[in-house]
Parts: sequence; structure tokens; C-alpha cells
Amino acid sequence: MIEEKKTSKTRLDFQTKWEYSPAPESTDHIQLKDQYNLFINGKFVEPEEGRYFDSINPASEDKLASVAMATEADVNKAVKAARDAYNKIWSKITAKDRGKYIFRIARLIQERAREFAVIESLDGGKPIRESRDVDIPLVAAHFFYYAGWADKLKYAFPGRDPKPLGVAGQIIPWNFPLLMAAWKIAPALATGNTVVIKPAETTPLTALKLAEIIQEADLPPGVVNIITGAGKTGEALVKHADVNKIAFTGSTEVGKIIQKTLAGTDKKYSLELGGKGANIIFEDAAIDQAVEGIINAIFFNQGHVCCAGSRLFVQESVAEEVIAKLKDRMGTLIVGDPLDKNTDIGAINSKAQLDKINELIESGINEGGEIFQSGCDLPAHGYWCRPTLFQEVSQSHRIVQEEIFGPVLTIQTFRTPDEAITKANNTPYGLSGGIWTDKGSKIFNTGSKIRAGVMWSNTFNKFDATSPFGGYKESGMGREGGLHGLLPYLELK
Amino acid sequence: MSLSDLSIPDITKTVPVDQIGVEERVARLSSRSIKKGSKVEALKLALNMVDLTTLEGMDSPGKVRQLCNKAKRPFEGHNDIPSVAAVCVYPSMVSIAKESLRGTDIHIASVATSFPSGMAPLQAKIDEVSYAINEGADEIDMVISRGKFLSGEYSYVAEEIAQIKDICGDIHLKVILETGELQTLDNVRKASELAMHAGADFIKTSTGKVTPAATMPVTLVMLEAIRDYYFKYGRKVGMKPAGGIRDAKTAIKYLVMVKETLGTGWLSNEYFRFGASSLANDLLMQIIKQQTGDYQSGDYFSID
Repeated sequence: MIEEKKTSKTRLDFQTKWEYSPAPESTDHIQLKDQYNLFINGKFVEPEEGRYFDSINPASEDKLASVAMATEADVNKAVKAARDAYNKIWSKITAKDRGKYIFRIARLIQERAREFAVIESLDGGKPIRESRDVDIPLVAAHFFYYAGWADKLKYAFPGRDPKPLGVAGQIIPWNFPLLMAAWKIAPALATGNTVVIKPAETTPLTALKLAEIIQEADLPPGVVNIITGAGKTGEALVKHADVNKIAFTGSTEVGKIIQKTLAGTDKKYSLELGGKGANIIFEDAAIDQAVEGIINAIFFNQGHVCCAGSRLFVQESVAEEVIAKLKDRMGTLIVGDPLDKNTDIGAINSKAQLDKINELIESGINEGGEIFQSGCDLPAHGYWCRPTLFQEVSQSHRIVQEEIFGPVLTIQTFRTPDEAITKANNTPYGLSGGIWTDKGSKIFNTGSKIRAGVMWSNTFNKFDATSPFGGYKESGMGREGGLHGLLPYLELK
Repeated sequence: MSLSDLSIPDITKTVPVDQIGVEERVARLSSRSIKKGSKVEALKLALNMVDLTTLEGMDSPGKVRQLCNKAKRPFEGHNDIPSVAAVCVYPSMVSIAKESLRGTDIHIASVATSFPSGMAPLQAKIDEVSYAINEGADEIDMVISRGKFLSGEYSYVAEEIAQIKDICGDIHLKVILETGELQTLDNVRKASELAMHAGADFIKTSTGKVTPAATMPVTLVMLEAIRDYYFKYGRKVGMKPAGGIRDAKTAIKYLVMVKETLGTGWLSNEYFRFGASSLANDLLMQIIKQQTGDYQSGDYFSID
């Protein structure tokens, strides 16, 4: 008889032989200016108060460029440009022509995809593997998709008369800088609105490169205005009397402030906020693929993903196997230079975010969680966090309740589907979730009972321009993507 | 050894494998960029893992001798280039290979058990394996009875492997699953477990006579089965993808897959082999390119 051996001696070794040589993506082909101004009315203009801030590379802490700080006066200018463009041009031209411009932007992005991918990784810290294979292709896909809708709005809402709202003020986060810009700008333009958009202060560069493409595409001046700045700039935009709609993606905290600010006004708004996605592994799942799914769910984009599967629920009977395999797989994740083609996990986006993640990790330890981190080397400079998981945690732990927005996974076990559903729903958030099982009926039985905007089965973090995305409860309101993504920018008469 | 002596778990139970998940994992592993020093290391490692193979009805002693010369000295005049792991021939050619490879540490693998179909009675298979071993083979590549497997006669298949392993003793037994005929990844997983429990030292994808032969998804599923078996029983089983791996670039992707699934403990020809013939020359071509910076034409590499 062959005896079952316990696994103490049978650990796998991923390090000691045949290390991959560095394979950095070249930066020779990108063009970055030392200083960027505000993009208002089709031109780059200096900020009224003449102040600039630095955008730094989180992997090296080096300055990449200085970027204009827009103040209230600049916001006023941008909104006025957008209003004039709406009144004089964008609401007058044919829907087909609107579509033509958006198609043009999509094609230009595809042509310069490599440059955009490299700048996205430099400015935001995400691995080139993701900016090249996920972010930028999705950006182009989003523009292509909504370009197609521009002259078909009546077919989207049969029997109704869809009308644009006017000027849309848009505020986007730093985790998918250009992709979030695309999610906001493409449907707004397709539905006939003009735009004032503010990228996040740590990642403004690809949006400013997008401004160059917008110039190149000959989009009429003022249809898209891109203003850079921090919270104050966003606040001025939200409060501006001549903005008809606010679209915000970011933290639930700021989302609530925006909602309060807008109460009592006639501005429409859509909010895409935080999340604490439940990823549920049943015992009849394909375990090796589920482990890979857990990795994609939490370590994609350093965990800076609002729909990350940050709470893992695994059925008790397979928990030991799943966790052992998960730890092994974490041992093969390469953390480091975002521009290296072999990097799996890049730099944490900013010092502030790293501090927040570390603070939550510490609270997890203090509250009695059992921490495991992969043993990878970290670079000397820049902001880094090892892939981390916590066992021995429960619903009452801060790290289980709060959105960490970093590569930190909490693991809990369950015994019955009902228990999994109850725990999965026991959160103020409701953005995403995942179910892993080989049994089709279980997918539908369980998935339909989880209150989240997006449910993935046997996969995670899959995005498509045609599919609506958005949250329940404190994860936001309104949908982006797909036909549903047109609605927040239209009045249906 | 009879079936009751073996610790065979309930292999009728299917371990679920999700094909889309496997393909995505393979795509991600394939996106590793292997450059510079790590590339040279990988090319030499891969060459040292090749089972140089000729399995044709038209094989002759002369052809086998040529193959053995190639195995010993893949590229004349370059001492830093490793030899291959083994040559793989039919039983009737084993003695020729044995003579040609005397004094080297290159192994002699022989296919047996009515390769490639395996459609013969067990006794005939046992006799063929005994013959190959007597002729001097130190590795046996057997095929499983796929017809029996597909009709659910798992214990027949397991017992057949166990009996062959019994004859082999210390001789390395590679068990060919012929995954192209098993078709689903669930079957590949099930057959892998069955072969390992029955005593396989290596599990091998294909005979090379059926399309598709080795693919990366199939190999990944087999590597994962090897890993789970290792965790459970502490025994390291080797892996041999065979057929269809023709270029160095693909071979390197396989090595990445081995490294990131099983770790560096499997990165030697003791536990990983490529069943191939034309792969060797492409590896050589790439090694020389790395050394000199120039691609030479195929005419500068001997075809044996």
C-alpha cells in the first residue's frame, strides 16, 4: 500500500533554479512633455492661478511630469466651453457625425495602444501585461461600442424620444485611469452630451494624452474638456450650476459627499463606488482553475479594483486544499517593475494608498487574523505590497468589512450554500461576486440570491463594453457599459 | 502485483477540470517573456530533455545509428552544448541503439505494448516489454488501452499498467495516455491519476501518431495531476509531452509551465522530457543564434 504522506516535506520550490531575466518594455517610443496644461476648448491652456503639481512614477518615486492644478476659475472656463460647444455644435450636428468622431478616437487609440500602455504603467504602477492586454484594448472597445450607438438611440429605447442632458461633469479614479475616462466619455458623446472630465491627481497623464488624440481626431473644440487637479477641483465641478449631470467613480466616502451636495438640485448623477466582492468556492468546483480565479479576483491590478473578489468564501471540505494551493500559486507571483513583461503585480498607486493598505493589514493582525504573505523580493524604491491573505477572520473584522483596495484577501469557510449567501450579502456593498462550481444549477440558484451588480461564474474580473456594470447598496447607482450605460446620459421623453 | 495490492482511489469519480480556465492559465503562462541569460539556460535545458525519437515503419539500423550519433553530439564542435536525454525507438531497434550509445549516459527508451494502438492481448504486451528490456532498453514507453478506458473499464487499464510496471522493475515506465483520443480534459485528469496510482514513473501525452498530440492545456492538466499526487503520496512522477512540439519557442513555454506548476524540482530530464525529433535542431539553431547573434540556415544543422 502506498501511504498518504503529509505535506510538510512536499513543498514546491519556485525560486532556486532558472530565474527569468528582466524583460522590460521599451520606453523609447513614448512622448511625454515636462509640463501639461489644461485641455479646454480644444487647446492646452495655462491654469488661471499658474499652479502645477507633480505626477510621479510610483515604482521609482521619480517625477514624470508636472500637471496644471485647475481652480474654480478654470472649472468655470471649462464648463463654459462645454456649454458653448453643446449649444453651437454638438447638439446641432447629426448623430451619424457624432458617431464618426467617436470611431475616429477609437481607431487612433488602437494605433497608439503601445504608447498608452507604457504611460499607463509608468504613471499608475500597473503591470504592462495588464495595461497592454486589458486596459487599452478595453478602452478602444468602449469607444468603438458607443460610437455604434450614436445614431441608433431610438432603437435602444423604442417608442421614446431620447434627448441629451447637456454638459456632463465627470470625475474618475486612479485605478484604471484611461479605461475610466473611456467609460465616461464614450457614452456621454454618443448620447450627444459635452464633457468636462477630471482625472485623478495621481494618474492624469493618459487622459492628457487622450486630449492629444481628441485634437488629432478634429473633435469640435469644447466637446471634451480635460481638467486636472485634486479634490477641490472635483468639488468645484460638482457644485457648478451649469453642469447637468455628474458621473463619479471612486470611493463610497466621496460618493456620499457628492450625493449630499447634489440633493435638491436637478442634476442627474451616476455613482460607481466601492465594493467588497464575495468569491464563493464550492467543493464541486474545478479546484485548480478556481485557485487561478481567486488570484485574478484579488491580485489583478494590485487589488486596486472596486469589483475585486476581496472576500473569499470556501466550502469547509475543500478549504485546506484550496488554501494550500493558493499559497503555492502566490509563490509564483512576480512583484516588481511594472514595465517588465513578466511582472504580475506592480506598484501600489501612491504613498497614501500604501499607508492605508498597511494600516488595514496591521488592524487585521491586531484583531487576531492569521496573515500569510508571499516571500517575493521587493524593489528598494517605490511603493510595494506583497500579495497577502488572512485566515481566521470573521464578518466582524475590519478587514472583512472595509474595502482595502490592495492585494489583501480575507478567507472564511462555509458549510452550506445558505451560509455562503448570507455571509456574502452581509456587507454594505454590492458590486460584484463570483461563484465556482461544476454544477450549472448551483450557479443560478446561488448567484440569483446574491445582491451584487455583477456576478461571475467560474471566472472573475471579466469586462466587456457591451455588458452593464454597476452596484447595489453603497456600491453606487446607475450602470455603465452596454445599452444600460446610455441611460444616465439621456432624458427619455 | 495484483490490483488489490495497489492503493487505487475511486478514479471513477471525475475531478472537475474547467477547460476555459485551463486555457486562460495556459495563455497567461505563455505570455512570460524569456530573454537573455534565462533564454540560453532554457534552450540548453530543453535540449537536454529531448527524447530524440524515430518511430516509423521504414526505420532501419542505419537510420537508428544516425539518430544515435545526433543524440551524442547534437552540434559537432561545440562542447558546451548538452546531449539529449534519450533516444526512443521500436523494440527491434533497441540493440542497434544500445551498441551505438555504449559509453554514454544517454538512455534508450523503447515503445512497447503494441504501440501505437495498444490493441493486443496483455500477454503479448508483456512479452514485447520483456523483449525490449532484454535487448537493452532502460526506459519503456507503453500505451494504455484507450478503448477500455473510454468504455469505463478503469480497473482493466490500471491492472495492465501495474503488470507492465511489475515486469519493468527499476526500468523507468512512461505511460502514454494518448490524450488526442481521450479528448476531454476530465478524461486526461482521470487517466493521469489512474496511471500514477498503477505505478507509472512518467506520464506521457501522446504517441505522435494521433492528432492532436501534445498541447499545452493537456500538459497543464497532467502537471496538476502530478502535483496533487505528489502532495498526497510524496512521490515525484515525471512528465513527457510528445508530438507536435517543433520549435524552441514552444518548448520554452512548456518549461515555464513546469516551473510555475511543479517548481524547479521538475526542471531536469529526470522528471521532464520532450518527445520530439525536429525540436532538437530548432533548439540548436536558437542556441547558436544566442552565441553568435546570427541565424544560420537549416543546412548548417545535421538532419538525422
